[in-house]
Amino acid sequence: MSEASGPDHFALFGLPESFEVDTEALAERYRELQREAHPDRHAGGDDRERRLAVQEAANINEGYRVLKDPVARARHLLERRGLPMNDETDTTMDPSFLMQQMELREQLAGVREAADPFAALDELRRTVDGAAREQREALAADFGDGSQEALERAREGVRKLQFLHKLAAEADAVDEDLTEAS
Amino acid sequence: MALLQISEPGQSTAPHEHRLAVGIDLGTTNSLVATVRSGEAVTLPDEAGQHTLPSAVRYRDNGEPVVGYEALAAAADDPENTLVSVKRFMGRGVEDIRASGHRLPYEFVAEADSGVPRIRTAGGDVTPVQVSAEILRTLRHRAEASLGDELHGAVITVPAYFDDAQRQATKDAARLAGIEVLRLLNEPTAAAVAYGLDEEAEGVHVVYDLGGGTFDVSVLRLTQGVFEVLATAGDSALGGDDIDRVVAEWIIEQAGIGDTEDTRLVGRLKRDARAAKEALTAADSAPVEVDLGDGRHWSGTLDRATFDELVEPLVRRTLTPCRRALRDAGIETDEIREVVMVGGSTRVPLVRERVGETFGREPLVSIDPDKVVAIGAARQADLLAGNRPDDDMLLLDVTPLSLGLETMGGLTEKVIPRNTAIPVARAQEFTTFKDGQTAMGVHVVQGERELVADNRSLGQFNLHGIPPMVAGAARIQVTFQVDADGLLSVSAQEQTTGAEASIQIKPSYGLTEGEIEGMLRESMTHAEEDVAARSLREQQVEADRTLEAVEAALAADGDRFLSDAERATIDESLAELRRARDAEDTTAIRRALEAVEKTTAEFAQRRMDAGINEALAGHRVEEFHDA
Repeated sequence: MSEASGPDHFALFGLPESFEVDTEALAERYRELQREAHPDRHAGGDDRERRLAVQEAANINEGYRVLKDPVARARHLLERRGLPMNDETDTTMDPSFLMQQMELREQLAGVREAADPFAALDELRRTVDGAAREQREALAADFGDGSQEALERAREGVRKLQFLHKLAAEADAVDEDLTEAS
Repeated sequence: MALLQISEPGQSTAPHEHRLAVGIDLGTTNSLVATVRSGEAVTLPDEAGQHTLPSAVRYRDNGEPVVGYEALAAAADDPENTLVSVKRFMGRGVEDIRASGHRLPYEFVAEADSGVPRIRTAGGDVTPVQVSAEILRTLRHRAEASLGDELHGAVITVPAYFDDAQRQATKDAARLAGIEVLRLLNEPTAAAVAYGLDEEAEGVHVVYDLGGGTFDVSVLRLTQGVFEVLATAGDSALGGDDIDRVVAEWIIEQAGIGDTEDTRLVGRLKRDARAAKEALTAADSAPVEVDLGDGRHWSGTLDRATFDELVEPLVRRTLTPCRRALRDAGIETDEIREVVMVGGSTRVPLVRERVGETFGREPLVSIDPDKVVAIGAARQADLLAGNRPDDDMLLLDVTPLSLGLETMGGLTEKVIPRNTAIPVARAQEFTTFKDGQTAMGVHVVQGERELVADNRSLGQFNLHGIPPMVAGAARIQVTFQVDADGLLSVSAQEQTTGAEASIQIKPSYGLTEGEIEGMLRESMTHAEEDVAARSLREQQVEADRTLEAVEAALAADGDRFLSDAERATIDESLAELRRARDAEDTTAIRRALEAVEKTTAEFAQRRMDAGINEALAGHRVEEFHDA
């Protein structure tokens, strides 16, 4: 395992390095950190102090964003464990998962032609949300395990979750279009 | 002076050095200035007692521009030189302005080497930034005159959906007006502060802000004094002006006016349209009387149903951003605690109705929708000026629009997505696409669209000194940084050689540093006039105070202590002071004040002696020992 580099968001927020995060505690800690660091708290300071405040507040915002989002959090954890993901070379994917993705995309493409597009969209979303939940549970188990083998599995799990999030965002875009048109 | 010492309330210098900080709502239609006095945020009135300052500036061929009500009154008769709603033009090019669909009476002049349009007026060509600076300067003077202190700084509000160019233009206007900007604050966030502190409400709030020319919606979470903006959306070219426009178009159609180039007629139509709109907030129908010129008139009636039909498409345009903001915030309607209405246009009943339907609850209108933004800004200003060291209120805001770069094929690569918490710094790596490429153009854009052409171009710069390598080998890191004002700076660095280039984003439609400096030099003459106006005002106040005090003393004791000749001398010096005061001559007032002090010195002495004798009379010595 190679040495981990880059920021340690878990340490900044005083949270254990784990995929499962107490979102309440995270939000609470975020507010505490910004209360100290935010540039508005250093409005009376000199140029240097204010510049540092901007940097520090930006670091806290970045950390909060990463820890809140399951995909970004998992990628950060993999970096911490010395197994950073590489989007250009990590391309192999479980064929049955890919098959399911293609089916879901076809389903999304057909939503506009459905008798009740909103109902069709809702059904699709339920499927996507369910699949995403399964992936998150699998990730929690793999990171909990922590063995090399489990972490390799987690790398693929993260990519699956990314696929599902992207699909959910596209479903939102279709929803927006449909709502505007109605 | 020796006669009577009157200390003006609020003028004593407190030991903790309270700094004069104000919140300024620089609106499309109206502007306001507010400050915190004795712990309470209040808007400041002008000398006539008016709190709102119409955002109208009239330029004349001789003399200073006129700002506010006086300017607005001339808008119908002198539309070419009376600039209203310039907020719509901030950070915009001539093409953007023409595309807005508004019939504008102004003559726009494009200047070589400048992206910023000028408006031709009797007082010379002016940029929207200069016009806004006039409004800001008027408000600064108002604050300084009514609080008797120099302004330390101001929080100036901007629509949350303002892009980088519009924010930068606002900051430039403040600089021209000689105002130190403590923070640019998003209008809905300011409104939330005013509401949140009053209601002590924890939870998720939606602020729906439909002003004269801009629309914003923000979703915020309030937790123990922290106002965290979760998402914001809007339309920076949609507001009450558009409602007036569709009503004016209806009148044009009904009255059979046809295509008119008569700017005065259009000006009157807008005024009449606005009057009808305002009447329809309470009544079910409004009479419309239009002076068509040449002694011809048209009269008709606009009923609520027709009005609703006219504005429905505009209201609908606000609802899509509402849903988008909720989705971006990850909030369901049943999690919303309160929907707050801000901006004069939320008085339109159809707006309230549709917003109520969209969020599934009755919107809150308990604070004056016109003042709430300035009040929230004043609280933030007071905090940033260091006047409330124990207050731990904190505002955490977001970027309204995605920021990105142009990549191959005119596509946008997002670096910072919309609704990212600010301040934020994010880096992204790019590479060369040709063998031996040694320079790279960086084109920064803002917006949500895939194609660069559909987004707003913020600026371009070049990174030189990339070592010649095969295509795809160089590693160029581009870093975007957005500060707490929402302003962007971008830098680029080649990773293997360290070659670096950076810019503070100067928007394509922004003023260059040179232009701003030119305008500043020009306004230095104004600044001298400002100083002169200020010291005149101070001398006049001093003169009034003295006149009042001496006259009161004369009325009480003049006959008792003064001979006729002495009285005549004093009366003459007072008359001279009054003349100097009315002649607005600072030096003459100062001299007259000194003269009054001399002529009344003996009188004052006699009164004081008599006062002491009276105080002592009838008291026994022991009493003073005890005291």
